[in-house]
Amino acid sequence: MTSEAIAVRPLQYLQAQMRWRWSEAAFWLATLLPFVLTPNYLVLASQIAITALFVLSLDLILGYAGIVSLGHAAYFGVGAYTAGLLSKWGFGEPLTGLLAAAIMAGLFGYLTSFIVVRFRHLALIMITLGIGLVLQEAANSASWITGGFDGLQGIHTWPILGKFRLDIYGYTAYGYSLAGLFVVFLVARRIIHSPFGLALRGIRENGLRMPAIGAPVHAHIRTIYTIAAIIAGIAGALLAETTETVSLEALGFQRSADVLVMLILGGTGRLYGGLIGAAVYMVARDQFSGLNPQYWYFWIGLLLIAVVTLLPNGILGGLAHLARRMKVTS
Amino acid sequence: MPSVFGVLFDGFAYGMLLFLMSVGLSVTLGMMNFVNLAHCSFAMLGGYVAITLMNAFGWPFLATLPVAFIAAAAASVVLERIFFRRFYNSSDLDQCLLTIGIVFVSIATAAYIYGTDQQPMQLPPYLRGSIAVMGLDLPVYRLFLIATALLITVVLVVTVETTRFGAQVRAAVNNQRMARGLGINVDGLFAATFALGSGLAGLGGALAIAMLGLDPQFALTYLIYVLIVVSVGGLGSISGSFAAAMLLGFSDMAGKYYVPSIGAFLIYLVMIALLMWRPAGLFGRR
Repeated sequence: MTSEAIAVRPLQYLQAQMRWRWSEAAFWLATLLPFVLTPNYLVLASQIAITALFVLSLDLILGYAGIVSLGHAAYFGVGAYTAGLLSKWGFGEPLTGLLAAAIMAGLFGYLTSFIVVRFRHLALIMITLGIGLVLQEAANSASWITGGFDGLQGIHTWPILGKFRLDIYGYTAYGYSLAGLFVVFLVARRIIHSPFGLALRGIRENGLRMPAIGAPVHAHIRTIYTIAAIIAGIAGALLAETTETVSLEALGFQRSADVLVMLILGGTGRLYGGLIGAAVYMVARDQFSGLNPQYWYFWIGLLLIAVVTLLPNGILGGLAHLARRMKVTS
Repeated sequence: MPSVFGVLFDGFAYGMLLFLMSVGLSVTLGMMNFVNLAHCSFAMLGGYVAITLMNAFGWPFLATLPVAFIAAAAASVVLERIFFRRFYNSSDLDQCLLTIGIVFVSIATAAYIYGTDQQPMQLPPYLRGSIAVMGLDLPVYRLFLIATALLITVVLVVTVETTRFGAQVRAAVNNQRMARGLGINVDGLFAATFALGSGLAGLGGALAIAMLGLDPQFALTYLIYVLIVVSVGGLGSISGSFAAAMLLGFSDMAGKYYVPSIGAFLIYLVMIALLMWRPAGLFGRR
């Protein structure tokens, strides 16, 4: 009887975590608002949804498994170039493009995960940075296939599901990106609230003790790294298909750094942190787009310093802290 | 096709510069495990201080070098007191983010004050031109660079190997907690090493202008090279940093002369391969 009681408790814990909350439903309903409220900004909204998906993929490895990566844009770029090239070579069916991008990015992620898993601390940061830079240099030199600095031209995306054509207002683009984000988010949510997701958090907290309870640390890290690479690849493919162009910037260091900033801003290790961070960052950058990019980075720098000194857990962490304090005082 | 010796010479000069700019980071990382990505911002500060003194105030080049050292060291002490010391026990990620934030701010500030162009630099006449040594034309400035850097390296090694301060530094790098237990003031020691290392970076930045140029992106461009030196050489190891800086200097110069089409590709591959072979670096113990 006692063994049964113990066996039930973790399951109940996971099921309680899995339950949908009102705030979550409200959040996803709110993502539909741009269609009605700001129809002029749907192109931006589509970019935000794609970036949010990319941030979500980084959150899976950084926020949950504790793997700091400075080269995550590599997988985004692999996905973007796969979908872009497929379309350029005459097959612009978007869902097939997503699938191909997911497979290629996942393959690249799986191969590199064997390297990544061996490192910790500074060496890990350097290795991920190195992988990103090597891929960027490779894409730059192989300009006969990637278009080099000029970017990949001549992509044409067929109507989605054979019905919805991409329009200049971004109705289709936003709908498509949002649907992609939502579907992948459901998968990520399921993964995080599974025993595997719990094991990942254990690895983040103490990677040395996890083997003692029988968790295969390296295999787990390889799995989540591959999954994150697949998601990043899907995000890259979405960007290539909705904008019908791919540039070298898709896999540059800048993108890796930006996505890290967004995740930190929103809060790591919380599924919604990355989404909110992406939205806040992208809207702010759009509002300040008149600014010289050099000066934009001044504010990003200050923001980073402020977030790590004052809000160590990001926006969502700060809100949660505030909510807890209100509960205690009332 | 340049001669092999010419490439070796340039690689040597370049490697010495990289060594000056990275040795401080290596020692402070080895001691406190503090990931300071803003290290090259101090190098950039030294460069801008030197160029301002020369172009706006007409100082001679050699006189600007000590000022560059002092300015970078002073700036590092201020930042260490205000920000860094609160983060010694934080995660790598927080340290990275804090210092990359400082890098962004420093780049934007430099761009605001000096613009985004390369800074013009006029070397004094006695450092210009080249002299023939054994049939090779060696640029005087690079000889001067190598001589200065070698001198500093010797002073550094003698200090670390023979003085009481050096012994304390070695103890703290080897085992920080044990050193504390023996009554060594590790925090004070760290602040001193940090200032010294940042000062050396500032000096390296001032010396680098005539060879590598100086623009606001300097803090980010050479950060990657410095990090490669530190991680390949092994944290806290001066000889490791020296070997790694030389290796990087040679391979980068050789790559640029002989196979310019693949660019920086070679270096990144070399770094990944070396780290795969020895994850703690060539001379690292952890």
